[in-house]
Amino acid sequence: MKSDIILSGVGGQGIVSIAATIAMAALDNNLNIKQSEVHGMSQRGGAVYSHLRISDKEISSDLIPMGTADIIISVEPMESLRYLPWLKEDGWLVTNSTPFINIPDYPDIKTLHSEIEKFTNHILINADEIARQVKSPRSSNIVMLGAASPFLEIPIENFEQAIKKIFSRKGEKIVELNIEALHAGREFSIAHRKENVSAQLK
Amino acid sequence: MEKLLLLGAEAIAQGAIDGGMSGVYAYPGTPSTEITEYVQINKIAIERNIHRNWSANEKTAVEAALGMSYAGKRAMACMKHVGLNVAADPFINAAITGVNGGLVITVADDPSMHSSQNEQDSRFYGKFAMIPMLEPSNQQEAYDMAYESFELSEKFKIPVLIRITTRLSHSRSGVKRKELKPENSLSYPEDPIQFVLLPSNARKRYKGLLSIQSAIEEAAEKSKYNQYFDGKDKSLGIIACGIAYNYLMENYPERDCPYPILKIGQYPMPYSFLDKIVKECEKILVLEDGYPFVEEQIKGYFDKSGKITGRLSGEIPRDGELNPDIVGKALGKEVRKYFDVPAIIKNRPPELCSGCAHRDIYNALNETMKEFGKQKVFSDIGCYTLGALPPWNAINSCVDMGASITMAKGAADAGVRPSVAVIGDSTFTHSGMTALLDCVYENTPVTIIIADNATTAMTGGQTSPATGRLEEICIGLGVKPEHVRVLTPLPKFHEEMVKVIREELLYEGVSVIIPRRECIQTATRSKKEQKAKEGELVK
Repeated sequence: MKSDIILSGVGGQGIVSIAATIAMAALDNNLNIKQSEVHGMSQRGGAVYSHLRISDKEISSDLIPMGTADIIISVEPMESLRYLPWLKEDGWLVTNSTPFINIPDYPDIKTLHSEIEKFTNHILINADEIARQVKSPRSSNIVMLGAASPFLEIPIENFEQAIKKIFSRKGEKIVELNIEALHAGREFSIAHRKENVSAQLK
Repeated sequence: MEKLLLLGAEAIAQGAIDGGMSGVYAYPGTPSTEITEYVQINKIAIERNIHRNWSANEKTAVEAALGMSYAGKRAMACMKHVGLNVAADPFINAAITGVNGGLVITVADDPSMHSSQNEQDSRFYGKFAMIPMLEPSNQQEAYDMAYESFELSEKFKIPVLIRITTRLSHSRSGVKRKELKPENSLSYPEDPIQFVLLPSNARKRYKGLLSIQSAIEEAAEKSKYNQYFDGKDKSLGIIACGIAYNYLMENYPERDCPYPILKIGQYPMPYSFLDKIVKECEKILVLEDGYPFVEEQIKGYFDKSGKITGRLSGEIPRDGELNPDIVGKALGKEVRKYFDVPAIIKNRPPELCSGCAHRDIYNALNETMKEFGKQKVFSDIGCYTLGALPPWNAINSCVDMGASITMAKGAADAGVRPSVAVIGDSTFTHSGMTALLDCVYENTPVTIIIADNATTAMTGGQTSPATGRLEEICIGLGVKPEHVRVLTPLPKFHEEMVKVIREELLYEGVSVIIPRRECIQTATRSKKEQKAKEGELVK
C-alpha cells in the first residue's frame, strides 16, 4: 500500500496538525512515513504545503515526484489548485470551499470552484460551515481530515486514536468535538464521492 | 529500542542526547532551530541538565561549545548555513586547537533559499577547516551520525561537522534509538597550552592537523556511510551525496538501478571509491544538494572531456535544491505531469501578521520619511524584512545580521541624511551592539529603530536576550539617554510615533528609537497557555 498526499493551505491554517494526525495514525498502523513541511518565513500568511508519504514499503524521497500524488488535501480552495502538477491522472482533489483572502488580487471564488469541479475526482466541502454545525468552529482542518479519510487506506479508528493522543492535553471535550468533526467530514465525502463521479459520467 | 517519529533536526538532537552530549549551543535560524528546541523540552536533557539555552549568536555558541569541550565534555553547536559565516573564526580555529571532549558543529544549509539570503554550501567550510564531515541521507542516518559524531571527534581530537539541508531537517520519519550513553566527566586537556594559539604553538598545532589528514581520509574510506553499489551497466556511474541518494532511489522504486552508485555520507571524499567509479564508468553523474562541491573537485580544472556531469555541466540546474524530478530528468526519465496550475492562481507571498507591531512601525516611519526622501532606510534580518514588500516598500537593504546599523553608518559617513536603520531586538543583540558602538564612537548621525517584540519571531518565537534590557544596553554603549526613545506601536499612537521619529531624524547624532510591543504570535500563544492553565486549576 502507498499513499502520497499533498497538503496545502495558508500559513497558520493548521495543515501541520492534519499532517501530524495522519502521520500518527499511519505510525500506529505500522506503516512507513515521510512528511516534509515548511517552516520559517513562508509560514507568515504565505502559501504553505506539506508532502506526506505513507507506505508499507521503504520510502526513498521526502518529496513526492510530479504527477504521482494520490490526493491533494487543501484547507483553502485556491491553494488546492497550486499543486495540481503533483496530482496523478486519477488522483483526488479534496478541498475546503471557504476562501482565505489576504491578497488584493484573489480570484473570483465561483471561477475557483468551477475549476475544482472540472475534476471527476473532487470533493468540495465547506469545512468551516460543517465545523460550525458540529459546534467546533476551530476544527475545520479536522473536518478536512475526515473528508480525506475515505481515500486513505488507514482505518478510521486509527484517526480517532491519533486525535485522542494529540488533543488529550486540551481536555475530553475538545477530543470529542474533534472526533465529531472528523466523522462529519467523512460522511460528507462518502455521500458526495458517488454523486460527483456519477454526475461526471453522465 | 523504541521508534520515534522525528524531523531530521530532531533526530540530530535525539542522537546527540543519546550520544552523551552535555550542552547544545545555538542561535535560532531556519532550518536549524528545531535541533535546540527539541533538546529544550526533552526529558533526558532536562534530567541531565544538559545546557540548552539560546546563545547571543553563532560565534558565541561555537566558542561556548569549544569551552565545554575544553572541559572534557561533549558539546554541539547548531546553526543555519549563514550562521557559520558569523562563527567562522572560532570554527576554523577550533580545528587548530583541537578538542578535548567531542565537539560537533551541525549546520543546516538552505538550498533554494526557502528562508535565507543565499544557498552557500557548508561542505566548503568543512574542507577549509580540514575536519571530518558527515552528511546524512535520511532521518535515521541523521540520528546515527549525531550519536557517533562525538566519538569520531574524540578519536581524532578535532571538531566534526554535520551538514544537513532544509528538506531533511524539516521532514519527519521513523527513527530507531540506540542505548543512552553516559556523559563525559570533567577533565582538562593533557597539554595545558593546547588551546593557546600563539604563533609558536599554532604552527605546531597546524602541523598536527595536517599530519592527521591521511587518517581522517582513511576513516572516510572505511566509513559505513560511504558505500559502493555495483551495477551492470557501466555507461554511467552515479555519485550521490547525502539526501540526493533518496532522490536517486525514488527513480528506481524496485531498487534496480542498473548503474554503479557511490553513496557519500562522510568526507573527506572517499578517494579509492571515486577512483574506482570514474575508471569503471564511461560517464559520471554527480548528484549533490547545494554547490557542485564533489563535481568540481573530481572534474578538476583541465578536464574538458565532458565525462563528469552534474551542476557544472548543466545536467542538473546550477542553483536550487534537488528533487526526484530533477534527478529523474538527468537520468533520462520522463517526468509525469497531467495537470497545469490554472492561470487564475495568484501568488500568495508571506506577510506581516494582522495585528503585528511592525505594521504600525512602518506606517509611522513611511509617513515621516515622506518629508525626508526615499531610499534612506537600511534594514536587517527578521519578520520586519517583509517591510520591503508592498504595501510598505519601506526598507532598502537586508544583507546580514546587524548590517542595518553599520550600513546606515557608512551611508551617513557618505552624506546621507537622515540615515535610518530598522533592526529587531534579537538581531540587535546578535550582531548590532558592536555596530552601535561604532556609531557612538564617532557620534555618527544615524537613527536606529530597534523594533522590540520581545522575541526571536521569525524562527517561531524563541527567547530574546535583549528582553528587558535594551535601554540599558544602548545607554551603556554610550547613546545619550535623552536620545533613547521608547514608543508603543499601536494605531492609536500613530501621531506620537511620527512626532518622535521626526525629532530623532533631525538630530545630528546617534539616536535609538525602541517601539515596543510583544509579537502577536507569542502573545496569543501565552494567552492560550494561560487559559489552559486556568482551566486545569478549575478542574
